Formats: sequence, C-alpha cells, structure tokens
Amino acid sequence: MSDPRKAVALISGGLDSLLAAKVIQEQGVHVEGINFFTGFCVEGHTHAIRKKERARPKRNNALWVAEQLGIKLHIVDIVEPYKEVVFNPRHGYGANLNPCLDCKIFMVNKAHEWLRQHSFDFIITGEVVGQRPMSQRKDTMPVVSKESGSGDLLLRPLCAKNLPETLPEREGWVKREQLYDFSGRSRKPQMALAERFGLKDYAQPAGGCCFLTDAQYASKLADLWRARGSKQYEMDDIMLLKVGRHLRPRPHFKLIISREEGEGNYLQGYRKQYVSIKTVSHPGPLALIDGEAGDEDIELAARLVARYSQGRDAPEVELEVADREGNSRLLRVRPMPAHEVPQAWHL
Amino acid sequence: MASVTPRSKLDARRLLCPMPVIRVQDRVAELAPGTTLEVVCTDPGALTDIPAWCRINGHRILETRDNGEEQVVILEVGAS
Ligand code: SF4
Repeated sequence: MSDPRKAVALISGGLDSLLAAKVIQEQGVHVEGINFFTGFCVEGHTHAIRKKERARPKRNNALWVAEQLGIKLHIVDIVEPYKEVVFNPRHGYGANLNPCLDCKIFMVNKAHEWLRQHSFDFIITGEVVGQRPMSQRKDTMPVVSKESGSGDLLLRPLCAKNLPETLPEREGWVKREQLYDFSGRSRKPQMALAERFGLKDYAQPAGGCCFLTDAQYASKLADLWRARGSKQYEMDDIMLLKVGRHLRPRPHFKLIISREEGEGNYLQGYRKQYVSIKTVSHPGPLALIDGEAGDEDIELAARLVARYSQGRDAPEVELEVADREGNSRLLRVRPMPAHEVPQAWHL
Repeated sequence: MASVTPRSKLDARRLLCPMPVIRVQDRVAELAPGTTLEVVCTDPGALTDIPAWCRINGHRILETRDNGEEQVVILEVGAS
C-alpha cells in the first residue's frame, strides 16, 4: 500500500480546527498540526500572571487538541513578521484592531511554506463560510486561498461542499461526499459533529482567538501608538497591555498599576526598564511609568498610585520612587480623590 | 532519590506560555535522541504544557519540580 497523503492542519485550539483535522484524519490522511504564536494569543498569559487564577488548572488548548487527535503539533513563533500584518493590513481591521483577513492569509501562507519544506500534500483549516464577519465570508475565502499562495491546496473540510473542489478532492486523496457543508454563525452543526466523534470538554472561546478583537485591549494598543507617534510595539509592550490598570494622565507618560499581588510580582520584573512607584506607608500596588516623566509628573503619578492603595483615605501616603538603575527616593503625597481623576485618563 | 543529570540546560524564566514550549521545541530539534534537557521556568503553566508537548511529540518526561517560584522540567529527547 502506498504511504498515506499528508495534511498540515492549522490548529488554534478551538473546536472548529479540531473537527476539521478529525474529519480528514478519519479519511486515512496523516495529519500534523501547526499553531502560530503572534504574541496576542488569548492562551495562557494573564492566567500565569494573576495570582487568583493560578489555582485553576490551565491548559494550552492547541496542545490539548493535538493530544485528542494524537497528532504532532508544531508551534511557530511569528511575533516579528506578524507585526507588519498588525501595522498595515491590506484588507483593513475588523471591529477593533483585529486584521483577521490579512492574519488568515499570513498564517495559511506560513503553513504553505511549511508544507513545501516538509513535503506535505495539502493544508486544512477549520474555517466555515459565514462564521466570522471578516475572514470567513463566501467572498473572502477565495481571497485567503489566492493571496496566501496556497490556491487549491487549501481545504476547509467543514464547509468544503459549499466551495469549489480543491486538489485533494479532485485527486481522490479525500472524498468530497464525506466533507461538510456548514455555513453561518450557528455552532449547532459543530457541536453535533463533536458529539458524534465523542469529543467533550473542548474550548469554545467567545469572540476571536486573540486580544486584538478585544475592545479594551485594542484601545490600549491604539493609545500606545498615538503616544509613540507611530505604530510600533515590542513583546514587552503587548504583554504589559494585558496587565494592570492603565492610566494616561499626560500625553507623554502613562501608568501601569497592578491590581493584585500576582500582577505586582509580574511588574517587579520590569523595574530595570521603567521608573517604578510603590507605596511604603500603606499596603498598595506597584506601578510602572511608561514615558518620560518630570518631577511634577512623578508627583501626580504618586498621588494616583496612592489612590489605589489602602491609604486612599489617609491625609498622606509615603511612596518609594525608583529609577531604572535602582536609585530610589521617598515621596509623601496626598492621595488623589476619585472625583479628581477624569474618566478620560483610564485607558 | 538519585536525580537525573541533565546534559543540556534551557533557561525559560520570565517567559510566559507558550514561549517556554517554543524554546523547548527549538532546542530539542538540535539535540540527539537520548539527550536529557533541563528547563527552568517561572510560568507554572509550563508544568502542564511542556509535558503535553512531550507526550504528543514522542519525548519522555523524567522529572518535574515546583518550588512555588520556579518550575523545573527534565525531559529525554525521543527518536524523531
Ligand atoms: S482573531 Fe486574531 S488571531 Fe484570529 S484571525 Fe483575527 S487577527 Fe487573527
């Protein structure tokens, strides 16, 4: 018997990509998974940071899916090349800063590169026509195939019957009649199929697969770009956007204030990169100053930090301000009352 | 208990998941089957993720430790 055909499946960790891979596996095709790390993925991070969430067992859904399927999973770090997708999406952004269509094109293109390097035969994704407003529409699905360069090597098993035949179907590597014709936003067909495969406990993320679809996250990222005068970010920036409360009292600096102990510990790790403020006289948060702050700015920042400490109602709170070299000084300030903090400062 | 003596070490501290797994994956790709690798992390999620990654990719976990601050995973590279 000849070797089975080989497919590389884009695995996000959600139900659709799990089902798509399973459908093809059931047809006797050898499947391996590929998962892309953009830095914005919802997986993990905040969980690891916030102390109260540490107690709950956590799993990486993409790894979990691969284990359910019994397939290898290749996790690819695309943080650097992905920036261009976020900065200049040719097809624009979705509701927030999510460049979904360009993102899909980019990932399928990377999967296609991987396929050529590893002599695989075709690519599968869990896309469903009409499932998502931007990247998964009847008119945009061919755009993904075309602009990713994968052409008819890209098979979407869950909705293939609604789309033109692809090479794996024409060549008889997979049977079209055993593929599906799902469409629209309903999740019922997927849930029924999961049941048929005996799959339980799968992840059903609300919204998109990454933080760029989150309105609050996107507004913090947009603020960062405005403050820096251009679209740019480093890994630390996008991690810090997930941590603490962010306030921008002046255009040239913002404060990142921890909300609980786990976040405080996490922010500690950045004290060599940012000026930091910590309450001394009362239990309270640790805050970082992102930007260049003068003496007046630091006093204002300290009053804000004091407001989030247990000394918020005290006449005075003592804080320690440390520069990036670790030189510190003490400062006594009057905590800023809530009514003096304009809503617009909250990012 | 006699501890395993790892031949290769990887510092994945201050990285959040899935970065420790990616670093392990990249390092394992350079190592010969049978080599032991010790990974030190500070994201407790690594204690779930690295073993899961090893199981699906055919590598063996020899030891895991967690002192609350740092997590250590020792694995043996399997045949690719
Ligand atoms: S939600 Fe994020 S990861 Fe998912 S397609 Fe859109 S931009 Fe890409």
